[in-house]
Amino acid sequence: MGILNDEVKKQMGAILSQLQSNVGIVFFGQEIECPTCRDTHLFLEELKSLSPKLGLQSYGLVKDAARAAELNVARVPAILLLDKDGRDTRIKFYGFPGGYEINSFLAAIMEVSGRKEPLPAPIMSRIAAISKDVHIQVFVTLSCPYCPNAVMTAHRLALENPRIRADMVESSTFTPLAIKYDVSSVPKTVINETKELIGAQPIEQLLDAIETL
Amino acid sequence: MDFNLSLGSLASENKAIPLDHRRLYDVLILGGGPAALTAAVYCMRKGVVTALVTMDFGGQVAETSAVENYMGYKYIEGIQLAERFREQVNQFEISIAPGRRVSGIAPGNNWMVTLDDGSTCSGRSIIITTGKSWRKLNVPGEKELTGRGVAYCATCDAPLFAGRRVAVVGGGNSGVESAIDLAKIAESVTLVQVLPALTADRVLVDALAAYKNVTTLLEHEVAEIRGTASVSSVMVRARTGGAARELDVQGIFIEIGLVPNTDFVRGLLDLNEAGEIVVDSSCRTSAKGIFAAGDVTSVPFKQIIIAAGEGAKAALAACEYLMKNE
Repeated sequence: MGILNDEVKKQMGAILSQLQSNVGIVFFGQEIECPTCRDTHLFLEELKSLSPKLGLQSYGLVKDAARAAELNVARVPAILLLDKDGRDTRIKFYGFPGGYEINSFLAAIMEVSGRKEPLPAPIMSRIAAISKDVHIQVFVTLSCPYCPNAVMTAHRLALENPRIRADMVESSTFTPLAIKYDVSSVPKTVINETKELIGAQPIEQLLDAIETL
Repeated sequence: MDFNLSLGSLASENKAIPLDHRRLYDVLILGGGPAALTAAVYCMRKGVVTALVTMDFGGQVAETSAVENYMGYKYIEGIQLAERFREQVNQFEISIAPGRRVSGIAPGNNWMVTLDDGSTCSGRSIIITTGKSWRKLNVPGEKELTGRGVAYCATCDAPLFAGRRVAVVGGGNSGVESAIDLAKIAESVTLVQVLPALTADRVLVDALAAYKNVTTLLEHEVAEIRGTASVSSVMVRARTGGAARELDVQGIFIEIGLVPNTDFVRGLLDLNEAGEIVVDSSCRTSAKGIFAAGDVTSVPFKQIIIAAGEGAKAALAACEYLMKNE
């Protein structure tokens, strides 16, 4: 029995048939002390088989420590997306992107492939003007209908500006991290350890927070 | 592993266009639930120039797990039904301002609507379908600690309270369902109900009784939520009198029903005691050219199918109004 049933495969296949350019999925896992790594890897293998435009590279966090350091991978399971030229998009998913988060995951793949909604010009110029390193962490649970929007907003910022990286963090998988950031409600967005936003906020609010870092 | 997939629109036709702030629309639809999306389809089929201003697509439907009483579907997940609604709207060249809330409506030659980003748009007629949102307790500490232990979405936030002590306020279906979800993972759950009995369905009350880590306080109310960085305790008091006492909990889930989103029309439209927009049988409000439909209105019984039907009626009433006032 696979991770995806036939109905879900059909729906995902229809979405992935709209991919523009190739997208590289990078998986980091490890064989011990990672209860969700195996399923996450199986899921990605099944997903890859749904479109010829998807690639999949798999690494071990310890075994491939140099690659992990190069891509800023801190914990597992981790999923990263590379663009058609193999460049890191700074978009990460820490934890299995199931439940409602399948939407932010597929949306990120579509956006990396070039299928993205244009943002208004004033927003684009605000994103372009960000000239410091920004790290956005969006804490979610998989049963939260509001969370994918918060994740998508953060990932879009990362996609548009090379100084920004953005992670989805599944709170139940990474409990110590959720406790460290005092996550008692999702989505919760933490920016550079110092700013936090509660709830799914519009892109303007995220930009306001980043501009006052 | 479940997948709550809702990206069907990526795989289907989308002709929707951005909102043009300088254009005068025939109909401005405010909201994005079943009433709004049905009204949008009816307006576009009638050929009137229509815009939709909404925070999200599907409204409460998108947060509902299973829907088994919307005709044509014996069973469908809420988020999927919302997605079908959205696909049906996106086949038209309708103007959409996504991720936007309305902050006010001002009269003039036409109706001018102000959005939460300060921008405006205008319409010859308006259909208000802004639905309802979670009712708050309005006690000290609630606002300050929202997202820091005060929660309104048990399905979202329950996993964060594994092994901790929590309170749930509300003895209706949603309160008891939340208490059951939390009892499975939390150390203890205290259910606070203002009435002398739980009002949830019998099956839920029986299911709750099976959990040994749940305490129910009937005829009690929350007086205060305490904590600095996050919730550290909750003060409750018996309605029969006596001093307030402190519950040692780290989270409080508030499940006491819904309130209509009508703050932005207070003073402009007639509202009933519950704060709902009063409408007649043609979805007309007390202001000429403003119509309303769905959970935000005084129409009894809040159901998806009723909201959708009312949305259709509001659209047809608005189109008739436009024809008569050309």
